[in-house]
Amino acid sequence: MEPMGRLTPSALSTKDLPWQILWNKEKCTLCGSCAAVCPVRAIDLGVHRKRTLQVPVGLETRSGNLVSIYHGIDQRTDPAHACMGCGMCTMVCPNGAIAPMRSNEIDKLRFHINQNGEPRRRGGRRNNPDSVLDKIKFVRISMLTDPALDAGRHEFELRTLLGRVLPPDEMLKVSRESGWMPPVREIYPLVIGSMSFGALSPNMWEGLQMGVTYLNEELGMPVRICTGEGGCPPRLLKSRFIKYVILQIASGYFGWDEIIHSLPQMKEDPCAIEIKYGQGAKPGDGGLLMWYKVNKLIAAIRGVPQGISLPSPPTHQTKYSIEEAVAKMIQSMSMAWGFRVPVYPKISATSTAMAVLNNLTRNPYAAGLAIDGEDGGTGAAYNVSMDHMGHPIASNLRDAYLTLVKLGKQNEIPLFAGGGVGKNGNLAANAAALIMLGASGVQTGKYVMQAAAGCLGSESDRCNVCNIGVCPKGITSQDPRLDRRLDPEKVAERLVDMYVSFNTELKKIVAPLGRSTSLPIGMSDALGISDADAARRLNIKYVL
Amino acid sequence: MCRLFAVTSNEPLSPMMAIDALNVMKEGHDGSGLGLFLTDLGGDFEKFKNEPILSGIFSNEGIKALDRFMIDLDFMVKYKLSFRPTKTNPAGTPRRDNYVIRVYEYPSEWEGLSPEEIQFRLMMVQLQLREMGAKDNSMLIFSFWPDIIMIKEVGDPLTVAHYLGLDRKELLARTILSQGRQNTNYSIDIYACHPFFIQGMATMTNGENTAFVPIREFLMSRNFPGYTGYQSDSEVFTHILHYMQNKLGMGMEMYKHIITPLKDEELDRHPDGALLRKLKQSCRPLIIDGPNCVIGCLPDKSMFMVQDSKKLRPGVVGGRPGIFAFSSEMCGLDAAIPERDINLDDQPMRYETVIVRRERQEIEKWNQWDALPPLH
Repeated sequence: MEPMGRLTPSALSTKDLPWQILWNKEKCTLCGSCAAVCPVRAIDLGVHRKRTLQVPVGLETRSGNLVSIYHGIDQRTDPAHACMGCGMCTMVCPNGAIAPMRSNEIDKLRFHINQNGEPRRRGGRRNNPDSVLDKIKFVRISMLTDPALDAGRHEFELRTLLGRVLPPDEMLKVSRESGWMPPVREIYPLVIGSMSFGALSPNMWEGLQMGVTYLNEELGMPVRICTGEGGCPPRLLKSRFIKYVILQIASGYFGWDEIIHSLPQMKEDPCAIEIKYGQGAKPGDGGLLMWYKVNKLIAAIRGVPQGISLPSPPTHQTKYSIEEAVAKMIQSMSMAWGFRVPVYPKISATSTAMAVLNNLTRNPYAAGLAIDGEDGGTGAAYNVSMDHMGHPIASNLRDAYLTLVKLGKQNEIPLFAGGGVGKNGNLAANAAALIMLGASGVQTGKYVMQAAAGCLGSESDRCNVCNIGVCPKGITSQDPRLDRRLDPEKVAERLVDMYVSFNTELKKIVAPLGRSTSLPIGMSDALGISDADAARRLNIKYVL
Repeated sequence: MCRLFAVTSNEPLSPMMAIDALNVMKEGHDGSGLGLFLTDLGGDFEKFKNEPILSGIFSNEGIKALDRFMIDLDFMVKYKLSFRPTKTNPAGTPRRDNYVIRVYEYPSEWEGLSPEEIQFRLMMVQLQLREMGAKDNSMLIFSFWPDIIMIKEVGDPLTVAHYLGLDRKELLARTILSQGRQNTNYSIDIYACHPFFIQGMATMTNGENTAFVPIREFLMSRNFPGYTGYQSDSEVFTHILHYMQNKLGMGMEMYKHIITPLKDEELDRHPDGALLRKLKQSCRPLIIDGPNCVIGCLPDKSMFMVQDSKKLRPGVVGGRPGIFAFSSEMCGLDAAIPERDINLDDQPMRYETVIVRRERQEIEKWNQWDALPPLH
């Protein structure tokens, strides 16, 4: 409230915010850790004046006031400093004296995060816990008609293919004529989705790369990681570990100067090249690295000046048609590596995805298609894009697969599905459901951030400040003071834990279905759902 | 699991020999069906080696429709063995009007056609008849091909055989595939009875194929009209064999490389690993997920058996020069050919394909680790 008792329209009380900070004066030691750690500086030192009435008995002494002061915290209420519920204050408080609590009603803040006409931007996710994938059950259980397999003891081949697979007759013809065979990679079906160097902190990136290397070289799991749009550190480019990496090129072409210059010194080919045309979290919108995060290192790798925002254009600006954007670009990228590296586009799930897919079926160089559903995460986007734009992955992927079946090309163009895989923690079940709906593999990013690095995001608009470089866990920050909170070795360890447990869970799903010799791609007879409309739409069983 | 028995002999045999062997293995099938595939025929059919034989079950109306249809196509009946069971039908076996085996003379306008064209047309006639019959259940068509007879019926194999009088002297064959069906997860449908047939080749399988749906999708999307049916998940084994031989032009040595390819790390050590890896990738949707034992007969009358690594109780092949039998259980083989050297019996394991050629002299074995013949 202003002096003179006036209120501005955006004057909010703590009750109007989505999160209220509960503080216990009795337990607080006034150490100041909470105020220091708060990424959005929502906690102010509070110096509170307190008046106590002194009313003596009798009439001889007049009543008086005893004014005292106590120290504590104040929760700031202006939109820029509204608590976002990360809970770091609780984590650092030695006495458990403080915690954010979700408001019991819809906040009023949402009407005011557009000061100066700037709509809300944030990182994170769609903040909607609904998931069709979670509702899909695996209903075809082998018991007596054929033996169920023992997930713990049986041998399983759980690899998939990334690359254009020739149909058998053409493959034999090309073999006979010693012609060009498109490159195909045998990889693990769970790919770490594109999260750029820049969106992620150096420690997070290093941790993920170490984990991926361990999985490949010590455990024999051919796990692949996609760089996202932001280039790749030159040392990695020139190392043998680049073969575990899918390099992404997107509309900003960030980092590609460095990549092209490294080509002559590259010892190994990258796993693949992903051309990003769209992203599930913000379809039709380009990447966005806000200026807070563009420090010297990021600027050098991306080949841009320091401290400026880096919004990628929504489309590849040099291309103006699907023929150019897809065909030419795939061909040029293939040519750059001598046609030895699979090149595939990634699009956001959309009702027009089938047009892209049909185009790819006629392009002999297209190595696959990645489709990213609306539940995909992002480092930074407009809130409206994240919440309201995009297409769910399940039906889009299913349509794509059935389109390929109709064309007889279901094995030729591998589909990779992403966007909300494991959003509620059910990574293996969601991945298996997508595979049985027709995906050759899945991509996941958010689950990796949560499992391997302890990201605090949830489906209830918690934290979501990946965009401004203040990530309290150091995952998406470029500030060394925050970044150092994250130990890359521990990230690597957790990533390995995550993959090994995923692998066990995936076996626990496919073994009872009697599948072990190949990934059950398109095994839709195993799927059921208790929603008749969804069952009809996905062409799977309706079960009650 | 279903019980399978196949025999290949220089001397023509009655199908009862195979059915008796099935009966020995009776505890393994639930009497839900009998399927027979007879080829290299003897008896009355010896003299019709080149004319197509239609096998099926027809209602009285169906017979009339068949006659009209075939006359329109200018097919003339040359010989027929129809039987109308007079006895009371056994429990579980539907009452049928006519079991038909008819030898036809080719239409005159087919003269001069290439063998491929004739084979295609024969298949199309079979499919058309099947489609016609499906509308009102007036016809059930099993095969239409020279030197091949198929009989299928729901019920206990031995009871059905007695009911149909399959011990008749006209019905003899040198190569016989037979199945006693254990109905599994699909409904009792006569078209789900093995063996399955397409253009001169047939296979039968026991065990369930859990990769059925993606395999079916792949085959159906090849745009070949014969890849249809699929009342049983085992029909895909026949069609994969057909696709491999007729569409890809590959020999029997590749069948196992397609349905049960070597593991990725095994391919690294194979002399033809590079080609096999590509084949595995290209034929990925055809990889089966058993446990399955497949017994089949090729157009050249060779008989083969393969199984996958999950087959815990593998099928067995044994015999002596002149006669060999393929059986899903040892007891079936013992009952059929007791006087043989059991030391020469073979149970093909995870990498092996066994074949007995039409000469019936020995059991030939191939291993997936063997070098491949050059691509042709």
